[in-house]
Amino acid sequence: MTSVNENLPQATVATAPGKGQKPRARRRFSADLSALGEPALWGFGGALALGIILIAGFLMVVLYNGATTFWPKPIDKVELADGSVIAGVERRGTIFRPDPAIMTEAVAETVAANDGFAYRTLYQTANFDLYGDDFRWVADFEVANITQPEDFYYFERQVWGVFVGRIAGMQINGQPVAYDPEVFRREQALARERFSEIRKIERSEIGRINHLIERERLSQRRALLQGDDESAAPVIAQSQARIAELQAEFDVLQARVNEIRAVDRGFRVTLEEVGGRTIEPEMSQIVRYFPANTLSIWDKAKIYGSRWVEFVSAEPREANTQGGVLPAIFGTVAMTLLMVVFVAPFGVITALYLREYAKQGRVTSIVRISVNNLAGVPSIVYGVFGLGFFAYTMGGTIDQLFYPENLPNPTFGKGGILWASLTLALLTVPVVIVATEEALAAVPRSMREGSLACGASKWQTIRYVVLPKALPGIMTGMILAMARGAGEVAPLMLVGVVKLAPALPIDGFYPFIHLDRSFMHLGFHIFDVGFQSRNSEAGKPMVFVTTLLLLTLIVIMNATAIIVRNRLKRKYATGQF
Amino acid sequence: MDTLEFEPTAYHVKDSPEGTALEIRDFNLWYGQKQALFDNNLKIQKGQVTAMIGPSGCGKSTLLRCLNRMNDLVDDLRIQGQISVDGFDIYAKGVDVIALRKRMGMVFQKPNPFAMSIYDNITYPLRVDGVTKKSILDETVERALQQAALWKEVKDRLNDSALGLSGGQQQRLCIARAVASDPEVLLMDEPCSALDPIATARIEELIEELKGTYSIVIVTHSMAQAARVSDNTAFMYLGRLIEYGDTNTIFTNPQKSRTNDYVTGRFG
Repeated sequence: MTSVNENLPQATVATAPGKGQKPRARRRFSADLSALGEPALWGFGGALALGIILIAGFLMVVLYNGATTFWPKPIDKVELADGSVIAGVERRGTIFRPDPAIMTEAVAETVAANDGFAYRTLYQTANFDLYGDDFRWVADFEVANITQPEDFYYFERQVWGVFVGRIAGMQINGQPVAYDPEVFRREQALARERFSEIRKIERSEIGRINHLIERERLSQRRALLQGDDESAAPVIAQSQARIAELQAEFDVLQARVNEIRAVDRGFRVTLEEVGGRTIEPEMSQIVRYFPANTLSIWDKAKIYGSRWVEFVSAEPREANTQGGVLPAIFGTVAMTLLMVVFVAPFGVITALYLREYAKQGRVTSIVRISVNNLAGVPSIVYGVFGLGFFAYTMGGTIDQLFYPENLPNPTFGKGGILWASLTLALLTVPVVIVATEEALAAVPRSMREGSLACGASKWQTIRYVVLPKALPGIMTGMILAMARGAGEVAPLMLVGVVKLAPALPIDGFYPFIHLDRSFMHLGFHIFDVGFQSRNSEAGKPMVFVTTLLLLTLIVIMNATAIIVRNRLKRKYATGQF
Repeated sequence: MDTLEFEPTAYHVKDSPEGTALEIRDFNLWYGQKQALFDNNLKIQKGQVTAMIGPSGCGKSTLLRCLNRMNDLVDDLRIQGQISVDGFDIYAKGVDVIALRKRMGMVFQKPNPFAMSIYDNITYPLRVDGVTKKSILDETVERALQQAALWKEVKDRLNDSALGLSGGQQQRLCIARAVASDPEVLLMDEPCSALDPIATARIEELIEELKGTYSIVIVTHSMAQAARVSDNTAFMYLGRLIEYGDTNTIFTNPQKSRTNDYVTGRFG
């Protein structure tokens, strides 16, 4: 305290009453507070708290919306003041400013009392094939009565989206019969089996034949390109014979499919919407149905579970707004892993040269600064580069050299999973380089000296002592790169991500891994389903579910990498010092 | 201080019957512009222990690290003079540094075992040399660990990580690693400075046992240690060799007043 007193300006000391007396308490207090950094401490703590709140809030929003989307909700039958009736699932509500022209006098008064605002609710009325729209806004003042009738069902269909209405009757084998829940359940399950059989035949068996026919066609073109008409003639003749064989096989399968379809057409269900209009889809078109207003908690949980299972294990339908995202999950994981395969050796080797072999000086500094700056380049720029360099230049060259028979259709000369992962590898390589350099620099000198003193060469020292020791740090860089790469969307849209990929990059046809194929990606799926689809309102809940899934996937991939890294760390942790 | 430059080194070396292991002749060294070693001349006696003492920054570690060209790692380093092993200059052009280091085992200030098993640590010098025969490696591990007096303690856990050993054991492991390739000279850079007194005593016993088999050069801060383990002692001050000779004489009857001041604790 005395030193504080001594350092006070002379004037203050002079005005203090009497020498040797304590300085005024307030002054001392404020000096102490700032000297201790108390105000700054509150600032730092506040900043941290704010950050945590923001992140937690974000996670809560995603988690809540993602987790509740699949929970079945009741169907409201809404009788409107003008006498019409609608049925639908309540989605959300907002306040709005109604147009005075359409309001009755009584309504206008209530609205006026509320500053001109009224409340409205968005109902998912579904039945797109009948109404031409899936959703309808209903203002509070329009509503006369809301009930939840027990005989209303919620149907998820293979096409046309959801249907909301009653079951009016059935057709079994073409014969109309009365609705019986037990019979319908059994017949619907059988119909779904028929449906998946048709799909199986079309996908795998007919798909295989198409693939083989395409190969024969390409081999004919190759023969023509490599020789002249004469030399190609035997190849073409042989190939034509083969195609005829395949065509015969194809016809057999097609006949089988038609047969099943004919049977399937006999099993129908009559659905009646709230206004009384009916449709008669095949039972096989009903993916899932449930009486939304009479479900017990247990039933709801079962539906909830089955929707999640479908979501992660099935293909999308209805312009991605329903069904599953398995191809997107697969695409995301495959692309990320492929990216790591490219970025790991590339980044580590670069960093090794830069840190261990290159002469440290102006040039290495410039290289280092450039690498750091690369990390700040907008990702879409990488996308443009990837498309121009990888897809068009490299891919185009590969096509001309190895796939000339396929031209003008590009094989590698377009966006594909290979080019997408290379583009992302390029995008994330600065992260790996920086982390690796730091990890290498952190290896103690004594370790290197110990190895060199044993008569090891520089390379042996790096290989056996430095790299293992730096591995956890390198892994950290890899994890950061993976996190960045898995969440990146913008560049992917240019180099190979599509809305709906016809086939996965891995399948049963030689060469099994098709790096030239375009793929689906969860990040792009979110963008597409929420903002690009015909029916973006229907897709909105899927945005949260897909976001939740993407986050989970990234967490799983990173957690795996972190566990591996911690194992390594423990291995290299010394009991001493 | 000004008289230092003209004072010649006092020599009273106890010669080894086996001759000279290393000869340092007119050796100067600069770190950038700063000269760290001035005209050092000394002969390391074969099969004996040579201690290097002196206050911090006197250049004793620098000189030691020149003996196996460990200082090559340092940027901006310049040397002048000669260090020769068996008559050939180790700083001559085209010398195989790796081959040289295989002839010189080195033990460092802090134990620096690699993050490998005990077995792999000791066989490391052989493996980098391309030796893969299991019988040779096994034999070497047992011999080196016996020499480093560690065999009894670790023979049942050779495949455990070397990092799980205690500090003293780690340092003895480093000594075992240094002698595994059967070098001619063993360089020790303050090998006990990170160890407790009991571990230090064991290392000193070990040095006693290893002498004769190897020529040992040990840099130490502890004058007591130098007095206990060495045959000859070199006293260095500000990059110059002040006195080099029989340890007994250095500690009981030094010929230079500066040596006397240092060994009696008047400075340093």
